[in-house]
Amino acid sequence: MDKFRMIFQFFQSNQESFMNGICGIMALASTQMYSAFDFNCPCLPHYNLAYGLGILLLPPFILFLLGFVLNNNISMLAEEWRRPQGQRGKDPAVLRYMFCSMAQRAMIAPAVWVSVTLLDGKCITCAFCTSVPVETLGNASHPHLSQGEIQRVLARIPCKEIYDGQQLIANEVAVRYLRCISQALGWCFVLLMTTLAFLVRSLRPCFSQAAFLKSRYWSHYIDIERKLFDETCAEHAKSFAKVCIQQFFEGMSTDLVAARCHLPRKAPADAGEAAEKLLGITDQGTMNMALKSWHRCKPPLHLHPPALPTGNGWAGDRQPPTHASAPRKETAAYYSWV
Amino acid sequence: MDRFRMMFQYFQSNSESVMNGICGLLALASVKMYTSFDFSCPCLPQYNMAYGLGIMFVPPIILFLCGLILNRQSLVMLEEWRRPPGHRKKDLAVIRYMCSSIMQRAMVAPVVWIIVTLLDGKCLICAFSGSMDPEKFVGFANVSTVQVQQLLAKVPCKDDELIRNNTSRKAVSRYLHCWSQALGWSILLILIIAAFIARWLRPCFNQAALLQARHWSNYIDIEQKIFEETCCEHSRLFAHKCILHFFESMQQEIQLHSFSSPREGEGAEGGEDLLQGITDQDQVNKLLKTWYYEKPPLDVS
Repeated sequence: MDKFRMIFQFFQSNQESFMNGICGIMALASTQMYSAFDFNCPCLPHYNLAYGLGILLLPPFILFLLGFVLNNNISMLAEEWRRPQGQRGKDPAVLRYMFCSMAQRAMIAPAVWVSVTLLDGKCITCAFCTSVPVETLGNASHPHLSQGEIQRVLARIPCKEIYDGQQLIANEVAVRYLRCISQALGWCFVLLMTTLAFLVRSLRPCFSQAAFLKSRYWSHYIDIERKLFDETCAEHAKSFAKVCIQQFFEGMSTDLVAARCHLPRKAPADAGEAAEKLLGITDQGTMNMALKSWHRCKPPLHLHPPALPTGNGWAGDRQPPTHASAPRKETAAYYSWV
Repeated sequence: MDRFRMMFQYFQSNSESVMNGICGLLALASVKMYTSFDFSCPCLPQYNMAYGLGIMFVPPIILFLCGLILNRQSLVMLEEWRRPPGHRKKDLAVIRYMCSSIMQRAMVAPVVWIIVTLLDGKCLICAFSGSMDPEKFVGFANVSTVQVQQLLAKVPCKDDELIRNNTSRKAVSRYLHCWSQALGWSILLILIIAAFIARWLRPCFNQAALLQARHWSNYIDIEQKIFEETCCEHSRLFAHKCILHFFESMQQEIQLHSFSSPREGEGAEGGEDLLQGITDQDQVNKLLKTWYYEKPPLDVS
């Protein structure tokens, strides 16, 4: 148990840092994704806005969902939420705490994507290039251009190679203007997020510290209990399997001894553990039969109590008749040959 | 217990170094953020000042708030400040000490950003190029007032066609760069002298009170950590007991329903102790179903 205790202590003390680590990795991944992404503004009047805003808003949504998917605690939350009440009441404050802490961590990568996108400026430049104030920045008196034409020319601002409106408004001027707006928005967004995080973190001790301590304790408890239960079930399954297999081999060996009319060959006293581990199966034919039987006819998931040293051997009424009878049929067949 | 003692010693000795480490990381992050940020002055008369000063002052505020958020001790201090007195009086000197140490650490990254910005010069050139006196520079002397504002605003943008060939563009740029760097170095010098004096003169003033405040602020921090560790340990033991009780109650229920004699432990395999009397598929299924549909009450008395 000591080994398990150490492992659980590790998980408990490091669960927060583990989740923070995943959070940080996702934020870095989001920056990396942005720099690896090949942004290609379509430079067409109606497509620019859709493309620019799509790149700005769709990946954060995906990253947010991914943040929930990668968080192991989501299944714990769902299980606690949906379980029937039974003998243990449900505390909505605990559920709220679990959900809030997961949502806060999942918000970081999307916020990083939006900040990086805004500070870089390409998306806003692409999305809003048709809304540049030509009167103030450029030459609005440029003649013979209808509204649609102006829109078409402005839409090409992000694509320097095909831009043909240098007389209308200089490309660098427009790009610098849009970039400035985008970066201002980006810094304001980061400031807003940081202020919100600061307020959430610092107002909590002022208002509901006792309730917070309670929710945190019980949410950790639910997590630990689930892990311990899984471990206990795994231990149980291991013991179950061990006894089941041991009983299978014992059953095989007993039936084969009975079939051949040999006295059970007693291993010499000094043969020790190795002879015991052979479980009475000591030649190729027997082993092959055991293996075949394991494949063709697996024993039922039902352990019978250990045989007592008296004659008939079954103390309880739980003897599995099917398990014992099949090999017995083979015994009868063998005898009939003789 | 030895393991706990080792862990607590680690926490105690390293609380200060962990916070200093975070402080240093934030300062490095601030330099990295500045170098990777693509500064592009709008070069428009009304926007330059707002952009330049915005880049100089908004990120420091963000870094300051980040410094407060990432510092664990700020939460500890807030809790200590807001808790009801109960059986333990509150010592304002301790809270003041904690507050000042948190603020000092949180100020490092913003100051680093401002100094790096000033030493680099781009922000100040962008913000104040429009406020230069055109008479001082030959290239702007004979230009009309409206145009001169436009031209001056374009000084930070070297490649703009209007300013590219202007002879005084570099002069204005160098002038502002010089002022910016002078300001940056002066601020750095003043801060370092102030820190030096504060550290040297501190032992002359009220050293005993300082030692007390530091001791009790460390104590509050450690006490908080140990409380959290104890709660974790307790919840683990609670869960362990709860699950054992559950398995035992399932075993009793199964024996009650099947009327079999209670199984004897002797003569069983060592592994059978762990089976808790649950020895076939239906029993296991029933146990798992009961665990979901009827979790046991939180009561291990």
